[in-house]
Amino acid sequence: MSAAMHANEEPVSAAKGHGEGGPADRRIIVGYGFWIFLLSDVIMFASLFAAFAVLSNATSGGPSGRELFDLRTVAVETGCLLASSFVCGMASLAVQQRSQKWTQIALLCTGLLGLTFILLEIHEFARLVARGAGPTRSAFLSSFFTLVGCHGLHVTAGLLWLGTMMAQFWAKGFRQTIRYRFLCFSLFWHALDIIWVAIFSLVYLVGVSS
Amino acid sequence: MSNANESSNPSAHGHEIAPGDEPEAAGDLGKAVRGYLLGLVLAIALTAASFWTVSTHLIYAPGVPVAVLVLAIAQMGIHLAFFLHITTAPDNTNNVLALAFGVLICCLVVFGSLWIMANLNHNMMPMSEMLNMQR
Repeated sequence: MSAAMHANEEPVSAAKGHGEGGPADRRIIVGYGFWIFLLSDVIMFASLFAAFAVLSNATSGGPSGRELFDLRTVAVETGCLLASSFVCGMASLAVQQRSQKWTQIALLCTGLLGLTFILLEIHEFARLVARGAGPTRSAFLSSFFTLVGCHGLHVTAGLLWLGTMMAQFWAKGFRQTIRYRFLCFSLFWHALDIIWVAIFSLVYLVGVSS
Repeated sequence: MSNANESSNPSAHGHEIAPGDEPEAAGDLGKAVRGYLLGLVLAIALTAASFWTVSTHLIYAPGVPVAVLVLAIAQMGIHLAFFLHITTAPDNTNNVLALAFGVLICCLVVFGSLWIMANLNHNMMPMSEMLNMQR
């Protein structure tokens, strides 16, 4: 086997991604594995969406989405998450440029925008529970809180992960393994924004219009 | 910060790239930033269009959910293309195939559930008759 290693062989993997050329580069394996995990996470969200769609009219005499949802809050939340996703892209460019200052600034902005989003969502949930429209009121509200709350939990977990990424870049610099982790984090953060697009469209906008 | 064994330029591998990595723009910072900005502008435009669709009375009311759904799918495509860099290029085949499988399962779960539950609702005995039977 080792006889096949020639001196003039390229240091990077010769994998073509079509079953030839040996094992792929580690960055590709890590990214692809995390991509598969994200897709399974999205499938879990799809089942929550299915439950919500089935139960969206089961209000049990309680308030419907039309009476409960405040589109102004939803618009601000959407803007926060979209801007956060964009700044996260800027952070990945800063990591490519090996700029500690801009990486930290971009990640801090990403985190602050994400935190604003999650605080607005907590505020909205508290408002709903306070007016008697908590998750125990009807099947519609149970599925609503499960779906949107699950996304909120993902964002919270993402914020904790973001904090550890900032600390790792700060303490250890742009090491290869840390950049792999950051690739996974940025995939996660962008995927959460895609799921939020589905939530604000299909839960809030369709809920208010129908 | 030199990493001799690992190239930070994903396109150096030639044949395949990790999801989230940019294929061509690596090394050209201005081009990469413009790509993200274009994605942001398109996403904002589509978001504004969805919110406008709901608030306006110009659109035939039963058509509003369909319009919102179409805009949402378009915006997810924008996010995938400009933020996650999932493209139709040959170096992205594996990522696209995994995504296609995920989308297939999502569609089966959502539309299958809606279909089955609508059918069950349709076949369910009205509540008054059910109470009569229990007597």
